[in-house]
Amino acid sequence: MNDDNLHWLVRPATIRKLWWAFSIVLALTVVAQFIIYVKGYFGVDGWFGFGAVFGFLSCLAMVLFAKALGVFLKRDEDYYTAQDDAEDGKGDGDV
Amino acid sequence: MFDVWPPALIMVAGAILIGLLRGHWRTLLVLGTPLLSLWAIWQIPDGVAATVTFLEYPIEPIEGSPLRRLFATIFALMAFGGGLYAFRQAKWYELAAAYTYAAGAIGVSFAGDLITFFLYWELMALFSTVVVWCGGTPGSRAAGIRYAIMHLLGGVILKVGIEGVAVHTGSIDVQPMLASNFDTWMILIGILINAAAPPVSAWLSDAYPESSPTGSVFLSAFTTKTAVLALILLFPGEPVLVGVGLFMVMYGIIYALLENDVRRILAYSIVNQVGFMVCAVGIGTQMALNGAAAHAFAHILYKALLFMSAGAVIYRTGFSKCTDLGGLFRTMPLTAVCGIIGALAISGFPLTSGFTTKTMISQAAADESLVFVYFMLAAASAGVFLHAGIKFPWFVFFQKDSGLRPKDAPWNMAAAMVLLSVLCILLGVFPNLLYAYLPYPVEYVPYTAGKVLFYLQLLLFSGLAFFLLLPLMKRTLTISLDSDWLWRVLLYRIARTIYTTGASIGIALQTRIGKFLDALRKRAGGHFGTQLSRAGVFARAWSIGTTALWIAVLLTAYVLFYLV
Repeated sequence: MNDDNLHWLVRPATIRKLWWAFSIVLALTVVAQFIIYVKGYFGVDGWFGFGAVFGFLSCLAMVLFAKALGVFLKRDEDYYTAQDDAEDGKGDGDV
Repeated sequence: MFDVWPPALIMVAGAILIGLLRGHWRTLLVLGTPLLSLWAIWQIPDGVAATVTFLEYPIEPIEGSPLRRLFATIFALMAFGGGLYAFRQAKWYELAAAYTYAAGAIGVSFAGDLITFFLYWELMALFSTVVVWCGGTPGSRAAGIRYAIMHLLGGVILKVGIEGVAVHTGSIDVQPMLASNFDTWMILIGILINAAAPPVSAWLSDAYPESSPTGSVFLSAFTTKTAVLALILLFPGEPVLVGVGLFMVMYGIIYALLENDVRRILAYSIVNQVGFMVCAVGIGTQMALNGAAAHAFAHILYKALLFMSAGAVIYRTGFSKCTDLGGLFRTMPLTAVCGIIGALAISGFPLTSGFTTKTMISQAAADESLVFVYFMLAAASAGVFLHAGIKFPWFVFFQKDSGLRPKDAPWNMAAAMVLLSVLCILLGVFPNLLYAYLPYPVEYVPYTAGKVLFYLQLLLFSGLAFFLLLPLMKRTLTISLDSDWLWRVLLYRIARTIYTTGASIGIALQTRIGKFLDALRKRAGGHFGTQLSRAGVFARAWSIGTTALWIAVLLTAYVLFYLV
């Protein structure tokens, strides 16, 4: 293919810059709360940086929960078809 | 009989003609029919436009209201967008089925009575099944059958409820009710099955990803959102729906996080988004119902956009798994940009349609002081960004370099994606375009500095969580068991056990009876033993049955001739 030199977007230098830019934006959204009043409907959600912490922690919780659930729920891709073949022996589809 | 043109029948007529026309005429028809239907939708006045009496029931096939027109409008718009996206790639019968399916959705939107409602409901079930089958693979054939069974079952439950309501109240009007007795519960369950509510949510992620790349665009739009409309019309403020909605919201996120198939990720996120709407209907205030309607409108646009983006990728590469894809932004920039716009919109990023509509639902929860609901919805908003907002574009267009260098989407697919992208941003920047058509007056102001900042924090830090947790999100070549395991495996095993047990009992009985008859024969002596042993017990019974059947046929024919 045409990839002797990497696309500029995936060069390590660009990615490093993107991380910097992203971190600055993240910091700004929190710092901005000094200037901009965030109305809290239930008290806590008006706290400084609540949105940031809540967003991060709920995502962490969801990913970990999904990961834990995956231990029980994940199966091979051909789980349903393989099961039919094994039990059916006639191979009449995976209805 | 009709003072207005029925928009649903315009779509049906168009669908029938699709098969008869060729070339440019068909293109004109495919693109023109939804627009004609859209025109007809806006000719319908408020209130019942036509009444027909059928079996002493007042049938009201067309009843207008702002809410009904809003949903019918988005269904017609979606048929247009889907038609534009699909008309050069999809088979004619897929287009015809999809248009009839859309006709069903538009018909439900204007159904003034439960009988009309039910008929169009079943029209959707039938032709959406055909759309699933148009996937054309053994997988889509099997998934289509499972899909049909689920929806026909839902239809039967709905029908039981409707008949109960008709008999016990004497009214078949589509009007608000609460799930307070058996009849209304049956109606609610029938509708919730179509909304992909638990425990049968799995039908959606089972069937939609098996359809063709064009078919899934149509499928994503109509069934679940018609169910949302039905809930708004029939069960506004039904408390059960709050819990059901919250469950769907979380279920969609968790399963989407586990999933490897691109369209299945999007399918799970439909359940997640519909959960927001179901929850809003459960809250039931004017703000909440406005939010549900507005969110359904916006959701159809960005979800179709996401399915279009995924469909273009699958159409060009033939792959649909995250593990096979990656790095496609290089050669499919337009598809990538449109996909990202759809992803931002579904995440409710400021300046997109998701922000101006979804926050109405959160606002409604806050206004009603529903602390738990409010924080669950906020967490879910973060989760949407995680599973659809970043995960979808990241794994498809960035991630690693898969080495694939496909061409960008064909021009008609690209045109449809650009159209929907523009609409997503338009409704985000000028929300009043949509607010003006909501069922209740809107006093909501989406863009306050504090609210924007709160959501930016919430979303951007979920983005941070995504990239920090990326090692945990590594895609694997797996599927995740869902509630469809219950009917695909457990029920199947039970049925097999019953069948094999039954068969062995049958065989045992047969030998017993055979021995018994042999004994009888011996005792009866040799008079007719020879014939008996030759004919065999079952064969003899069959031949008598056949003779009786023939006599019946001849007698019927004789009577008919005599009467004529």
